[in-house]
Amino acid sequence: MARAVTPRRKAVNTALAWAVGLLIFFPILWTILTSFKTEATAIADPPVWLFFDWTLENYAVVQERSDYSRFLWNSIIIAGGSTLLGLIIAIPAAWSMAFVPSRFTKDILLWMLSTKMLPAVGVLYPIYLIFIQFGLLDTRIGLTVVIMFINLPIIVWMLYTYFKEIPGEILEAARMDGATLREEILYVLTPMAIPGIASTVLLNVILAWNEAFWTLNLTAAKAAPLTAFIASYSSPEGLFYAKLSAASTMAIAPILILGWFSQKQLVRGLTFGAVK
Amino acid sequence: MATQHSRTAARLMLAPAVILLLGWMLVPLTMTLLFSFKQYLPMRGGDLGWVGFDNYIRFVGSSAFWPSVVTTLVIVGSVLVITIVLGVLLALLLDQPMWGQGVVRILVIAPFFVMPTVSALVWKNMFMDPVNGLFAHLWKFFGATPISWLSEASMTSIIMIVSWQWLPFATLILLTAIQSLDSEQLEAAEMDGAPPLSRFGHIILPHLGRAIAIVVLIQTIFLLGVFAEIFVTTQGSFGTRTLTYLIFQRVLESQNVGLGSAGGVYAIILANILAIFLMRIVGKNLDR
Repeated sequence: MARAVTPRRKAVNTALAWAVGLLIFFPILWTILTSFKTEATAIADPPVWLFFDWTLENYAVVQERSDYSRFLWNSIIIAGGSTLLGLIIAIPAAWSMAFVPSRFTKDILLWMLSTKMLPAVGVLYPIYLIFIQFGLLDTRIGLTVVIMFINLPIIVWMLYTYFKEIPGEILEAARMDGATLREEILYVLTPMAIPGIASTVLLNVILAWNEAFWTLNLTAAKAAPLTAFIASYSSPEGLFYAKLSAASTMAIAPILILGWFSQKQLVRGLTFGAVK
Repeated sequence: MATQHSRTAARLMLAPAVILLLGWMLVPLTMTLLFSFKQYLPMRGGDLGWVGFDNYIRFVGSSAFWPSVVTTLVIVGSVLVITIVLGVLLALLLDQPMWGQGVVRILVIAPFFVMPTVSALVWKNMFMDPVNGLFAHLWKFFGATPISWLSEASMTSIIMIVSWQWLPFATLILLTAIQSLDSEQLEAAEMDGAPPLSRFGHIILPHLGRAIAIVVLIQTIFLLGVFAEIFVTTQGSFGTRTLTYLIFQRVLESQNVGLGSAGGVYAIILANILAIFLMRIVGKNLDR
């Protein structure tokens, strides 16, 4: 039941919340606005807010000079590939623990979670060495595998908590009605599992897309995804705010959109099901 | 009821994930452990033999060690306090009835989806730059001398950037927790004449206890590993060298793998102590 409030109080809440929300969002908004300015307008003092000659020039320049689409493609392959690979390994595991639990299930789950807490820097050199040995340095496949491993515990956990919510009685009922195992999986389980799998994919793509420790340390020119591409702007020449903004906007736009769809799942995924 | 057959199948389905994760954990960990007892300089002679605990003693004894521990603790502690205090306030605000709640929520959560290199560079250049940054314009507007943020107030700057990234996470989880609060209990307290502050202190805050604990632990684990934000801004100078960054420099920049690995082992031990507490909370939840 909603608590009754006076319109006045609601108006105050609204004004306050919008002010705070816009303040927090402001750096992103400012980046998007700046990406449509010329370099000269971008550093104008006092700052120009909305009334300037909007231009798409920066986007063209970023693509032309630094081959933006290649980095974008690397990001897509690495985020998508690591998610797909993770799912292939995690779905059977989560399925097995959710539907045929043993007395070790809880320990296995907690142990998986503990691997997530291994500080990356603690194993940086071994991974680096292994990458050199196997010629994986600056390759997409190497990075895809590493990021898959980083996120695998989260994928297993999320899937586990979703599968756990599928009532076993429904499966039994289907079996009673004479469904074969194939039919049971195809027509009963899969439709119920799809929302959970979709949320898991969403969160994992976001995490993989934004991962910045391994991408910065294990890639150079060839396999660098957008996180590493943007880092190359840390030592720029000349005026570059508008171009930095354009590159940044392109790098974050896909994930901002995905992220807004996945707010609820985000809580669940990042707290390992402890907060839902 | 699971049959023997389906149990075997289930074990087989679980095996790949367990074996792969075990390898991912054990192989690099063993290597780090081995290196940490060696004089190992890839660029200057390679593996120069066993040195016992020398690296461990030298890592702690170096003049960079304690400052890096302090820097790490200050960053983690400040970001935690800022994100949780502001997070609770924001969650309370967002829980109130208002127009456009969904949109405000989206605005507040957005920074979490911005990749670390982008947020660090945007803050560094477009806000904190002493000549062209927005803060410089603002300072000049009020007649003050613009601050060279990343060198004069380096820690404040890093803390601001990282807090901005993590505030959405804290807010979102605390908001989820507040929304699960039984509103009848609050109404009853309100009708009994409990003032807002004591309703907050006696009902809301205790209810948030577990969520706050989870936010603290998860953020601590991620914050101990903050890397990109420092990598693209100060590169560890001006007193912003964290333990993670120090180890990174030892291993990859000065290529002293033995020393860096000893540092890595310290970091792993530290993370594990924290992890135990997190597991307790999460584990309890599994039993329900």
